[in-house]
Amino acid sequence: MIAEAGLAALWLATGLAALQFVLMIGVLRSRVAAAPAMRPIAVVQGVLTLIAFAALLLVFATTDLSVALVAENSHSAKPFMYKVAGAWGNHEGSMLLWVTVLAVAGAFLALLSRRTSERTLVAALGSQAALALGFYAFLLIASNPFARLNPAPLEGRGLNPLLQDPGLAFHPPTLYFGYVGLSIAFSLAFAALLTNDVDARLARAMRPWVLGAWIFLTLGITAGSYWAYYELGWGGYWFWDPVENASLMPWLAATALLHSINVLAARGALKAWTMMLAVVAFSMSMVGTFLVRSGVLTSVHAFSIDPERGTFLLALLAIYVGAAFILFALRGATLKEGAPFELVSRETGLVVNNLLLSVILGIVFLGTLYPLFVEAVSGEKLSVGAPYFNAVAGPLALILAVLVGLGPLLAWRRERRPVLKRLTVPALIGVTALVMTVIVAPQMTILPRLGLTVAAYLAAASVLPLVGRNPLRTPLATWGMVVAHLGIAVALAGMGANAAFTQERLAVARPGERLSVGPWTVLFAGVSPAAGKNWTAIQGELQATRGEGVVTLKPETRYFTDPPTDTNEAAIETFWNGQLYTVIGKGDDSGAWQLRLWWKPFVTLIWLGGALIGFGGALALLGRLWVRRRRRGAAGDWRKARYA
Amino acid sequence: MRAARFIPLAVLALLLAGLVWRLATPGDTTVGSKLQGQPVPAFALAAAVSAKPGLSASDLASGKPRLVNIFASWCVPCIGEVKVLQELKARGVTIDGIAVRDRAEDVAGFLARYGDPYQRIGSDPQSGVQISLGSSGVPESFIVDGRGVIRYQHIGAIEQGDVPLILAKLEQAK
Repeated sequence: MIAEAGLAALWLATGLAALQFVLMIGVLRSRVAAAPAMRPIAVVQGVLTLIAFAALLLVFATTDLSVALVAENSHSAKPFMYKVAGAWGNHEGSMLLWVTVLAVAGAFLALLSRRTSERTLVAALGSQAALALGFYAFLLIASNPFARLNPAPLEGRGLNPLLQDPGLAFHPPTLYFGYVGLSIAFSLAFAALLTNDVDARLARAMRPWVLGAWIFLTLGITAGSYWAYYELGWGGYWFWDPVENASLMPWLAATALLHSINVLAARGALKAWTMMLAVVAFSMSMVGTFLVRSGVLTSVHAFSIDPERGTFLLALLAIYVGAAFILFALRGATLKEGAPFELVSRETGLVVNNLLLSVILGIVFLGTLYPLFVEAVSGEKLSVGAPYFNAVAGPLALILAVLVGLGPLLAWRRERRPVLKRLTVPALIGVTALVMTVIVAPQMTILPRLGLTVAAYLAAASVLPLVGRNPLRTPLATWGMVVAHLGIAVALAGMGANAAFTQERLAVARPGERLSVGPWTVLFAGVSPAAGKNWTAIQGELQATRGEGVVTLKPETRYFTDPPTDTNEAAIETFWNGQLYTVIGKGDDSGAWQLRLWWKPFVTLIWLGGALIGFGGALALLGRLWVRRRRRGAAGDWRKARYA
Repeated sequence: MRAARFIPLAVLALLLAGLVWRLATPGDTTVGSKLQGQPVPAFALAAAVSAKPGLSASDLASGKPRLVNIFASWCVPCIGEVKVLQELKARGVTIDGIAVRDRAEDVAGFLARYGDPYQRIGSDPQSGVQISLGSSGVPESFIVDGRGVIRYQHIGAIEQGDVPLILAKLEQAK
């Protein structure tokens, strides 16, 4: 019954989305300014998808094995949390989550939007409904999550044990909020191009959505990176894998958009560019979804290849992105640019930021898809890996990081003060860091060395906008910017330290043997069996010391029963100055075990930096929303009484 | 400037063309190792059979080129490959083996039955070293030069017809 209710809700939502689309056409073709029914319909559509998704959660929570999706992806012996998380740990469920977020975002746009003209809002909600319509069709025709099995099997087929991890249970939804949150920016841009309504007001309406989606993307990427680091047992935090790149590309576009939208909001300039970025950002999300879901690129994220679904998604991609870019090509030229600015100004700084981010985006895009094109043209197979991405994107990212220190110091329109002077102290700190790396580690390669240098400089430069201001009177948005820029410096320091100072030890050891890695001496004390709810394990005991005190680490090799798989559970011990990362492999007949040990100084800064960047975004968003409410309250809005 | 506004559309068209092609011809997904020209990643494998020493990365930087053959007793093409490896050995090639996901008694049985061209054999029970070498299946072979740098990757069994190629690659690696 529950599954059927979910399916019915999905059909109803599809009907409402179609109605919204028709309403939009009606309004745009006539002189009617508004369609009063539009907002309530969008809200109900969002609620219906929520009901459908709740139904899916329920069948997974109760392990209703008569639902095909549950039988294939769940198991009665699974811990409850992973039963629920199993709802989106598969193709159909994750597409339902995608369209749910899309529809709910549309509902919130309908509820909250006060800034755009009514006509543009109607067009935006219609565009959002058109997006949803395609994905509803995809679910109902090609990947129905509620299909039944008759007879129901006695037991489910389990879930990939790699996915039985809190990090991964919540990493995909976080990324989806980010991916799909960008759909609002897409729809608003599309609508504004349709109604010729591209102005600062639109930018201010779009900004919180971009900011919110960007925060989720940042946190999702950071969490995914940490998950790969500790769960895959390879000790790496970023592999330039196509699926990782698929999440990085929307982030890069959204970061560029986040900055250019400020120029449009404050100065009315960069209209065409900002609209294009808004379209590109969500397009990259759809390209990412397509790459992940169709399995066209070889990746460690081994999702199955299904040509039928791939074709369907590709058609959706072609229709939506094609329509938006055609509209952009036709209408873009009619946009009048706003206030001019001089060469040395905040605007120029943000333009340079956008250019660099766009080039990095182009590099990642090219590197991710290059193997595909080479094979299409010449039949030759190749793969593009870290050496390309690091060598090409790395230096550009460093240049960008240097400019991040400068940009916020510039004034809007024109800058006449000697701004470079203010960067003297950060520059000196950077030079000191450079000299120290030369003294401490003369052998270090160029990129980590420059990374550490720029990190030290940027850590100092990023807080300059606060110098000489009353911290309590500084707007939250400024605080957010400072925290996010500081986060870049922190993450950069972690990446540099990890690349430069990591020590690795791979060995076959017998119990009782001592191994050394970096400053640590590790005693391999022995192995013992361990068991969990649906797995058994061999647990190694390692006693690590570096002078005083002993730390015990217990890495495991786990054997899951349904489906039979084994995984390495790394044991990681975090210290203020780094992480000791240990993995135990299989033993051989003679009683020796494979051990992999890493000492990774300051590696945690990478994710701390990512979290800071996201937190900075959250502060900025809070600041923007708060200012908005205060202004509205001052204007004597009906809300005033409600919140007083 | 008007034409510039069509650039995103052109990029999209190109992307779609590539993706349509990929969906229409889902090619095989064998990918060569990225490690060609790179030093062998650090590893240390225990002996696969008691009669022979195990294999570690440092054994490969021995001053002269070596052929590292990734095999398994459960792998059928590997049986045919042994004969060719024996011939290479007879021509003075040093061959080391990495036995993937195998048991000592099975490897010993395999060698006794089909021949033993190997100087050292490491046991890689979880394919960890195989993966770190960038190999995706058995059999597969790598030519490693005297400094421990991977010079050539041969995907699939070395056939009789491949012998001149392998010898030429070994000559280049000197």
